[in-house]
Amino acid sequence: MIQFLLNNEVVNIQHEKADLTVLQFLREKRSMTGTKEGCASGDCGACTIVTADVDENGLAHYTSINSCITFLSALHGKQVLTVEHLQNEQNLHPVQNAMVKYNGSQCGFCTPGFVMSMFALYKQAEQGLLNKSSDSAEQSAPIKRHEVIDALSGNLCRCTGYRPIIEATLQACDDAKADKFTQEWPHTVKKLLAIKHAEAAVGTANLLMPRSRDELADAIAAYPNAPLLAGSTDLALSSTQMLQDLKIMISLSAMSSLKRVETSQNMLVIGAACTFSETESVLLQYFPDLFEVITRFASRPIRNQATIGGNVANASPIGDMPPVLIALGAKIKLDNGQTTRFLNIEDFFIDYKKTELAANEWLDSIHIPLPNPDQLIRVYKVSKRNEDDISAVCLALNLQLEEGLIKNFNAGFGGVAAIPSACQALNDELVNKAWSSTEALSLAQQIVKNSFVPITDVRASSQYRTQILQNLLHRFWLETNSHAHKIATRVEQHA
Amino acid sequence: MRKLIEARDSKQLPSDHIVSTKVKNTPHESAVRQVSGTARYVDDIPEPANLQHAAVGMSEVASGKLVNIDLSAVWQSEGVCDVILAKDVPGHIDIGPVFKGDPLLADGEIKFYGQAVFAVLAKTVQQARVAATKAKIEIQQTPSILTIKSAKKQNAYVRPPHFMKRGDTKTALQDSEHILTGSLTVGGQEHLYLEGQVSMVMPEEEDRMLVFSSSQHPSEVQKLVAEVLGIKLHKVVVDMRRMGGGFGGKETQAAQWSCIAALLAARNRCAVKLRLPRQQDMIITGKRHPFENEFTVGFNAQGKISATDINLQGNCGHSPDLSDAIVDRAMFHADNAYYYPHCEISGHRMQTNQVSHTAYRGFGGPQGMIVAEAILDAVARKVGLDPLTVRKQNLYSDFTGDMTPYHMQVHDNILPEIIAKLEESSDYWLRREKIKQFNEGSPVIKKGLALTPVKFGISFTAKHLNQAGALVHVYTDGSIQANHGGTEMGQGLHTKISQIVATEFGVSIDEVDITSTRTDKVPNTSPTAASSGTDLNGKAVQNACISIKKRLAEFFAKKVHGQAEDVVFMNNKLQLGEHAISWFEVVQQAYFDRISLSANGFYKTPKIHYDRETGQGRPFFYFAYGASVSEVSIDTLTGEYKLDRVDILHDVGASINPAIDKGQIEGGFIQGMGWLTTEELLWQDQGRLISNNLATYKIPAIGDTPKIFNVDLFEQANIENSIYHSKAVGEPPFMLAISVWCAIKDAISSLSEGKIDPPLSCPATPEKVLRCVIEMQNELDGGVKCK
Repeated sequence: MIQFLLNNEVVNIQHEKADLTVLQFLREKRSMTGTKEGCASGDCGACTIVTADVDENGLAHYTSINSCITFLSALHGKQVLTVEHLQNEQNLHPVQNAMVKYNGSQCGFCTPGFVMSMFALYKQAEQGLLNKSSDSAEQSAPIKRHEVIDALSGNLCRCTGYRPIIEATLQACDDAKADKFTQEWPHTVKKLLAIKHAEAAVGTANLLMPRSRDELADAIAAYPNAPLLAGSTDLALSSTQMLQDLKIMISLSAMSSLKRVETSQNMLVIGAACTFSETESVLLQYFPDLFEVITRFASRPIRNQATIGGNVANASPIGDMPPVLIALGAKIKLDNGQTTRFLNIEDFFIDYKKTELAANEWLDSIHIPLPNPDQLIRVYKVSKRNEDDISAVCLALNLQLEEGLIKNFNAGFGGVAAIPSACQALNDELVNKAWSSTEALSLAQQIVKNSFVPITDVRASSQYRTQILQNLLHRFWLETNSHAHKIATRVEQHA
Repeated sequence: MRKLIEARDSKQLPSDHIVSTKVKNTPHESAVRQVSGTARYVDDIPEPANLQHAAVGMSEVASGKLVNIDLSAVWQSEGVCDVILAKDVPGHIDIGPVFKGDPLLADGEIKFYGQAVFAVLAKTVQQARVAATKAKIEIQQTPSILTIKSAKKQNAYVRPPHFMKRGDTKTALQDSEHILTGSLTVGGQEHLYLEGQVSMVMPEEEDRMLVFSSSQHPSEVQKLVAEVLGIKLHKVVVDMRRMGGGFGGKETQAAQWSCIAALLAARNRCAVKLRLPRQQDMIITGKRHPFENEFTVGFNAQGKISATDINLQGNCGHSPDLSDAIVDRAMFHADNAYYYPHCEISGHRMQTNQVSHTAYRGFGGPQGMIVAEAILDAVARKVGLDPLTVRKQNLYSDFTGDMTPYHMQVHDNILPEIIAKLEESSDYWLRREKIKQFNEGSPVIKKGLALTPVKFGISFTAKHLNQAGALVHVYTDGSIQANHGGTEMGQGLHTKISQIVATEFGVSIDEVDITSTRTDKVPNTSPTAASSGTDLNGKAVQNACISIKKRLAEFFAKKVHGQAEDVVFMNNKLQLGEHAISWFEVVQQAYFDRISLSANGFYKTPKIHYDRETGQGRPFFYFAYGASVSEVSIDTLTGEYKLDRVDILHDVGASINPAIDKGQIEGGFIQGMGWLTTEELLWQDQGRLISNNLATYKIPAIGDTPKIFNVDLFEQANIENSIYHSKAVGEPPFMLAISVWCAIKDAISSLSEGKIDPPLSCPATPEKVLRCVIEMQNELDGGVKCK
């Protein structure tokens, strides 16, 4: 059984199809048509809803997600809130009021999704959870424009040009006070904990939800062709876009062992089923230079669902995390329930969308060596649009210098080959060279140019990708050589 | 009814021409419902018990002859109850809106990749969509035309060309101090309305049909459904409450899905819903026309233009659809705001094996207007003057000239005032200096600045469409229901209409409700397009209100022995000298006195005419104006860019609703920016669209909105007698975004210290920007070597 709260109502799911999306459940099974379908691929945000989860301290965590690419297993033990739930009797919620007041809706089709993303931000603001940056220009404002942009990065509006929506969000979240959900939380917690602590097995006959290593191994043995379901942000597309019938799936959402984050022996260990949002703060704690790539990785609702393990196991050549992990020298741990093994991440990828993962294995965790202070790390992502776009090229660079000489030069490349790639030659040929010399830069550019023959596709031409690789190395050279520090190299400053 | 007044200041308008401040500030009529999820779109209407779902099967080649269609697997697919082909259409197969060429389902021939070949009806949406993938369609492929260039080579046109000329261009060009030629590739654009195409049809008694359609043109849907079914128009009712965005993409493109649903509904006597999945929507519906434009311009050392020869070629796709009028409108705007002493403009309608390109906000105007701005940039760089200086001295004016290439006098030009104000409020010249300094010290990041004007002609160029009807009912409790032919797609039309009704009757806005647009309430309507929604329907509604007011005024005047024309409607009452009666009271009394409380209204735009034979006339009732300043930063290593600041001053006449108008301006600008920057349509060499979903086609996201975005209304009453002397605002602001493209060019040009005009095609993706940067660097290096 899958059990969740739809607002305050306990919902039990026993017999639905495995690939029924939350959006289909709401619109088709519950006739709750407030939540809209704009694309059914997690790109527009018209279907955004919010889930509330209770943590070990009894506190609420409000998370915006795209209901169009979420399966019901993701809701187990959570409270589901949609645009229909926000009103308090006849009174609009502050985020709804602000949208009316600031003329934030025109055609209105994207509006419920925006309202829900705003609501998630509102709750985080109310709980004092937002990270405040030290951007001096905005110091007086309790909520920052960039936080609004981040929260609404997964919502497209074709009518307004966004200005009124940004202002409405700033105003509504600026002074976020306790709302009806805060007042009802003690009751909500009781219901959620009752679900979580129920003895009954979770999952349904076709949507399995193993809770332990053994159960997962058994599930895979019983259904060797059933896909493993983590964030579902990619897997769901095979149902909603490719019209495949996903009859049986094995959800990892109850596998708490895959959700651990820990540091040990100079390694940062991230469980494969951790979402990007969950790992954001720890990654930035050790690798502040990842800020740009993390905030430009898809959109906030996608990062709330998508897992770091999914981004690796998916083996897409245009995923942004594999190049980063390659540059950082990460290893991955594979498990089959009996034995585990470690692989260098670049060795995991064999061919287009093909990996070393055996049929009975799953990805357990990712192990990233903690950085030395003399490491220079940059990740550059080039795409047509700044927010929520797939990289034409993603270049992750990790350079270690000793008195100006190159000791280690690890780079990860996305979008320039059939698999996420490293470039051993870069390290081999540049080691012990002086990085500040233009010769070193030219050599690096030449090596990269010769190492990759990218394809031309909808995102960029082969020539552009090749050119960009070399020019990004130039940017890196400018940014990491002190004599060039005063040269502006970015059109957009990332905190 | 009303005298034409020459008032230039909205404060000088007669009192009954003024919308009160309270009414002006009316929020969008659906705002509360939209934010709470209760605003109902077609897919949200409670489904009838016998509803079945339809899906469309498409061609996977761009051009060919249908040899055989094997539907056995489709029929065997789970849940399928009917499948239709072209041969199953009982009435007209062609649903072309103006000219023939658009079969409901492929009729022997395949004209584009993705063309609808058959439709299937099944129990669920998923079943119908799965079944639609299962046909075996055998097509004998024929060579396809996929570019404007190859269409030209093969003389493939959907319609004959059109020409406009004034003066002696050839001689004037020969006599010019300087001559430049250039070309400009302009990309198309996917509408990307957030609500995709959808229709639900319910068969009623006998052969009657009730159609719910997300359409900007319910009357056309009604006509085409009737024709496809082979029944009369009076048997079909189309109901349209609201669209989740239209932008022109639901003007002609919505009808096909209603017709297919209606045919399946008629055959199976059940309700049918057809909602296109996003990717299919992007493949199977028309887009903004891509253009290939060429120009020759003659000018003097001061940058004053003497003559232009402009050639516009629109990629119309496989059929005419609305392309004749669209390429015409591109031609009508190839001057933008500038006087060409001598000019020739030609417009060609190229036929390709692409989806039939269609109406999109601006309707060809943007693709023509951008040529004018390309010309002005090229001239300015050639003579070494700031582009703004050159733009200003070529504006229409009493000194330069006020005759357009189509021989219409520009008599309402307020651009010199708008530009002067904007130049000052945006600190144009100070920033120009700062940018120059910044660029000198910044080798990688370069800044650019541009101010561009917009002059956009308001009226349908197809004269007969400039008419509208309305139906207004006053009920005995004093509440008022207004219906009109316009459709609500988010632009705030219904809000403005309710404001007009409230203003006319002098009642509170709460007394007024606007119903869904229905073909049985107001017949034979025009599409809600050409920015004309409020202009046309507002006047029609006003006329309906005036009829009722007249009756009530006469009734009240008779009672108190006064003159009907002295009765004033305001503050929820009728006032005649010292006599007053409340609105509720007068309505009640009038009812008991057997006075009709319902009226229809009609309006047709005066003064307009255009002779396509001579290319001369007055196609537009008036012009809407505006100007914008954009500042960008570009990265010369990657071609990435950022819009740093935008300042806009836009003319909406005497605004009926400033907040809604501002919403149109900002939204139009950002949508235009998308067209010119990140929104890139790409077809692979077999004619398949590859930018066919939201992961591969990128419209502006929230972070693309500039941090500094100053938008002001230039509030001056329209000198023409438009509704309350307001101006249309739907399309004109879209073209304000041309300043973004010009600013990017300006930043690239800074590499040559403004001497070289970069050939930046649109959309200016980072890749194209980088290509221009590299070409310019090469050119400069070459130049150095020559020295």
